[in-house]
Amino acid sequence: MSILVGAATRVVVQGLTGREGTFHAQSMLEYGTAVLAGVTPGKGGTRHLGLPVFDTVADAVRSEGVDASIIFVPAAAAADAIMEAAEAGIGLIVCITEGIPALDMVKVKAFLREKTARLIGPNTPGIISPGLAKIGIMPGPIHKPGPVGIISRSGTLTYEAVHQLTRLGLGQSTALGIGGDPIVGLSFVDVLGLFASDPQTRAVALIGEIGGSAEEHAAALIRAGYPKPVVGYIAGLTAPPGRRMGHAGAIISAAGGTASGKIACLEEAGVHMVRNPARIGEAVALLLA
Amino acid sequence: MRIHEYQAKKLLAGFGLPVPRGEMVTTPAEARATAESLGGAVVLKAQIHAGGRGRAGGILKAESPAEAIAAASRLLGQPLVTAQTGPAGRIVRRLLVEETVDVARELYVGVTLSREEARIALLTSPRGGVDIEALAFRQPDLVLRQPLPPAAGLLPFQARQAAFALGLSGRGFAQAIDLLPRLVRAFEATDASLIEINPLVLTTAGSLVAADAKMEFDDNGLRRHDEIRALLDPNEGSAEELEASRAGLSFIRLDGDVGCMVNGAGLAMATMDLVALAGGRPANFLDVGGGVSEDAVGRAFAILSSDPGVRAALVNIFGGIVRCDLVAQGIVRAARERGVRIPVVIRMEGTNVEQGRRILAESGLPFTSESDMEAAARTAVRLAREEGGSR
Repeated sequence: MSILVGAATRVVVQGLTGREGTFHAQSMLEYGTAVLAGVTPGKGGTRHLGLPVFDTVADAVRSEGVDASIIFVPAAAAADAIMEAAEAGIGLIVCITEGIPALDMVKVKAFLREKTARLIGPNTPGIISPGLAKIGIMPGPIHKPGPVGIISRSGTLTYEAVHQLTRLGLGQSTALGIGGDPIVGLSFVDVLGLFASDPQTRAVALIGEIGGSAEEHAAALIRAGYPKPVVGYIAGLTAPPGRRMGHAGAIISAAGGTASGKIACLEEAGVHMVRNPARIGEAVALLLA
Repeated sequence: MRIHEYQAKKLLAGFGLPVPRGEMVTTPAEARATAESLGGAVVLKAQIHAGGRGRAGGILKAESPAEAIAAASRLLGQPLVTAQTGPAGRIVRRLLVEETVDVARELYVGVTLSREEARIALLTSPRGGVDIEALAFRQPDLVLRQPLPPAAGLLPFQARQAAFALGLSGRGFAQAIDLLPRLVRAFEATDASLIEINPLVLTTAGSLVAADAKMEFDDNGLRRHDEIRALLDPNEGSAEELEASRAGLSFIRLDGDVGCMVNGAGLAMATMDLVALAGGRPANFLDVGGGVSEDAVGRAFAILSSDPGVRAALVNIFGGIVRCDLVAQGIVRAARERGVRIPVVIRMEGTNVEQGRRILAESGLPFTSESDMEAAARTAVRLAREEGGSR
């Protein structure tokens, strides 16, 4: 088992014919993901990478029965692409695009309240269930199937944690980035809930960073009683307040969002906090030993 | 992105916010002329991107045009050190010269983005002129927070609720219920991330006027707002930060001596934290992006080696889609072109890491290679210390 994506997930790529879309669709196909179609408005009826291209997501759903979408559309049009996928009945939408204006995401979140779709991202490396499917831009070969669920707000820091685990012989059930923007789809709380009921997942690694209160909400959920051990790491102890650290959402404001606050909160909730990002894998291994 | 008070007032006046009459000036002579045209008594306000100006002596009153010249001469060209500027302060290059306002009461109005709710929120308090976050913590009853329905904006009943919470009646009340929706519209129309009117003054004559205004914008929204981008003051923020952002790098200067160059924002923060954990101080945050092009590596190298505060560099790259051998080639080329002034510790991991390490080793350049990022951080901190001692 895994969460959200598996071998049966049927994927459409929004923005397939662009440079990023082409490169990563190829990589997903090589990983074995069931990528079945692409959408590029105006290129419907053509083929790309051997896949049929449609003008609309609705056409791709009707013709190919796709149920998940990955979005490589430029920031100015990405919010619209998310809403198009949700309206077409796509169940899982993964938005890789970075740089979507926050007020566009306010609209998207309101739109999604009336739909069944789950959104991962934006500004995410995506999601992978090792050995089954990859709907994202992460390097496939560093992963291996196993018992550890990974949730994170970053990209390369997640690869780092995955790599540490794999080297220690510990595989992953599913690894996903919830996104580095201030307003994202699935939250830490949502994903923790999914890992809780996934029989393959025996432990969870939660990798947070400064800004917002997603980690504090996760801590509240875990404090109320979480069935699996959780290892946590928070990046940004040395980050100055009021500055955006690369990710649009990584900023300490007057209202809070400090790394030390999040670490204290998670620790108090019973999460095994790691101070050294080179030791995330070890900490998980100790818990599962 | 932030703008100055005078810019925010002009922008918001366009949406119907009442502001005092005034002008931005850059010389004492202009200050006198503005004071004369405003009828004598004025307030002169230093325009820098930092709060706490009043307490730091950055806001002066002048009873006459002659006093306005003296006050302007004292402020212009001088550094102003406030609680938010750091010890070096900011050089004051512009002043806002405004008519004085007769204050009956000081109120607070703010528009912000509530991340967790994914909504715009209106904040109001009858206790303006103070630090609102501190007030919200101490006396939460005094701050009204209203998340707005995403499509509808501020509804009339919410505007009334806020105006009542501000303790207004009569003319002030009528003005507030007209004004508050305008502020929300301004927020939406400009892709703002913060509007603060602190204080919003109720004058002795019973009307509302914005004595101060602060605006910040969502960097991701700037693409569709040429009119906001044009307000950027290049004197605020460091020149290197501006240059880095033009090159597609994310760079923030800090006050340590270990320069960091990392791919990915989360890993970049984690690397800074590792430097601190090893007993050192990071000189910067520098994210060359998940992709890492050779060009980005070159520019990042240039930034690190031109900073006199950097005594050792720590490069931490996780090669995923990007192969370590290509990154190594980029580093070697950049180092050959620009020279290596400081010790450079490189930790690479991921795709094609063996080839990458071989390229670094065979380059003959004085790099120190580490395979573990914790060891790399310790080595960089030690080398920075030795370098500091040898000067």
